[in-house]
Amino acid sequence: MATDIGINRSSLTKGDTSAPGDTRTAADDLDPGVLAGLDALDIPTAQSRPLAGRAWAAAWPKIGALVVFLLVWQLVVWSGWKPTYVLPGPVSALREFGSRLGTGHFWDALVRTIVRALKGYALAVVIGGVVGLAVARFTVLRTAIGSFITSLQTMPSVVWFPLAILLFKLSESAILFVVILGAAPSIANGVIYGVDYVPPLLVRVGRSMGARGFSLYRYVVAPAALPSVLAGLKQGWAFSWRSLMAGELLVIVPGHPSIGADLQNSRELLDAVGVMASMITIFFIGVVVDAAFNAADRQLRARRGLVAEGNSAVRAAQRGRSRNTAAPGSAEATAAGYPPAGPGAIGHDGGGANGGGEAGQS
Amino acid sequence: MTAVLPDTALRIDGVSRFFGTGAAQVQALDNVSLDVRSGEFLCLLGASGCGKSTLLGLIAGLDAPSTGTVDTAGRRTGMMFQDSALLPWLTAGGNVEVPLRLRGIRRAERRARVDELLSMVRLAGMADRRPHELSGGMRQRVSLARAFAQEADILCMDEPFGALDAMTRDLLHDELERIWRQTGVTVIFVTHDVREAVRLGDRIVLLSSRPGRVAEVFDVDIDRPRRIDSTQVAELATRVTTRLREEVGRHGH
Ligand SMILES: Nc1ncnc2c1ncn2[C@@H]1O[C@H](COP(=O)(O)OP(=O)(O)OP(=O)(O)O)[C@@H](O)[C@H]1O
Ligand SMILES: [Mg+2]
Repeated sequence: MATDIGINRSSLTKGDTSAPGDTRTAADDLDPGVLAGLDALDIPTAQSRPLAGRAWAAAWPKIGALVVFLLVWQLVVWSGWKPTYVLPGPVSALREFGSRLGTGHFWDALVRTIVRALKGYALAVVIGGVVGLAVARFTVLRTAIGSFITSLQTMPSVVWFPLAILLFKLSESAILFVVILGAAPSIANGVIYGVDYVPPLLVRVGRSMGARGFSLYRYVVAPAALPSVLAGLKQGWAFSWRSLMAGELLVIVPGHPSIGADLQNSRELLDAVGVMASMITIFFIGVVVDAAFNAADRQLRARRGLVAEGNSAVRAAQRGRSRNTAAPGSAEATAAGYPPAGPGAIGHDGGGANGGGEAGQS
Repeated sequence: MTAVLPDTALRIDGVSRFFGTGAAQVQALDNVSLDVRSGEFLCLLGASGCGKSTLLGLIAGLDAPSTGTVDTAGRRTGMMFQDSALLPWLTAGGNVEVPLRLRGIRRAERRARVDELLSMVRLAGMADRRPHELSGGMRQRVSLARAFAQEADILCMDEPFGALDAMTRDLLHDELERIWRQTGVTVIFVTHDVREAVRLGDRIVLLSSRPGRVAEVFDVDIDRPRRIDSTQVAELATRVTTRLREEVGRHGH
């Protein structure tokens, strides 16, 4: 390795000295191939598995967990802990869920719930975003309401309902009010942390390129803050969804079917199968939204080179552990963890990290 | 204050810079005065912590002096930072494009400029790579292309090649020298590698430490192209190193 570089090096400098009277710069004599050769050594080789394989790798642990959950549920039912009219089994619950899919009422309720969620969440994003930006920007505001936002965030949203009902009666506005209050503080905090933790070096970079004020936010601060903002958005969604479910149980607007209202209805009618079917619906919506946020987050990290490296670091740590647990110097120790088993072990930022990274990902 | 001569790109006049207040106050720079000719390649040399980065920040307008003036007579400054400092959410091409977007250049023209700049640093075809997919040397070259995209009249470079292996660094010296000749830009190049300073500079300004003052100015009368391992470079480097040792030694006890 060292001798290779030595040879290249001398051929390079020879190129410079062979034309002493020449007015050309050293770079004109430079063989671009040398630089290209160095570059070729440096570029990580991209490796990616086929889409189907990745989808399966992401899906099977989830399917497995679901099967185990349904099995445990069924076992509890079979154990006779509660009569089936109180705790129905998964089969009847799923059958009820399936039959509901064919009714117009179910879709009315689903659409109303989703519209409420989106409306409340969208308003929370706007309000939380504006407040977050303002607090991050102005010190006075930060001193005034910075910690107030965090205490608001930790307040269980149900406690707002008595006030909301007094203010707005049993109406859509009461639900909206609480959904916004539930989600906005998390979103605001995501924005505040995001802006606070923008690396000062990147701000200097932006300023050195002539970015000021709005353009600095547009080109540097906003993209740098995005991961934290996304985390805030995700948490904000969780809070708004919880607030909405609490709201739909408590604030039943006559003539406005919703998933929460159905759930409450089933409980009042002692319809345990109906309760389960509603909860399956709520669970599914949660799973879908979570998957969407995770996909966005993963894409963000992949674009910034955070996925493969993170995984390779985790795997390196695991390798270290397996090496420590085997008897030092034994044949097993060598076979199990040392020398490194895959290409991922070689490069700290090399191609192996990309290649193996996805295998450990789910 | 005297007027800036037409061929003077930059005049630093009696500049001091303090950080902090009261007992914890640090003086980074003390009464630094310096004229830089237009098109000159000036190297700033000094021990770690002597105020080189602070001085560059003042020149690039990222910071203001406590006393004294930095006059660039309306010339545009650009900056290349230590460890590339690329924006990690953009591709190599995207990074080079930012200064062009900030100057309001139209899309079609931007595309052409980005391609041109990337081939100038011999990274044609790498525009769609993300920073983490590039090696340190390649990132540094993207950073170099981005610095040139600012079309600054005065380009400040803060230990740009400090973290590179010797061979890549030599190649980048050649690249930088070639681009500097092509564009006629004024370069202020910070380093603590004496040979690098002699290899590249028209003049070398040696700063003393704590607080930073101009200790000595060396003219480099060695014909270009230079080689970092030539005897002339080695000779001057030895002289500069001796002087640098004296400066550092004054703080040794
Ligand atoms: N923002 C700051 N706050 C307080 N002190 C600072 C600040 N910036 C720089 N200093 C101090 O000023 C002095 C000069 O710092 P500077 O970064 O300019 O050194 P340098 O010559 O660039 O060093 P190096 O070669 O290690 O990069 C140091 O003593 C440093 O501690
Ligand atoms: Mg520095």
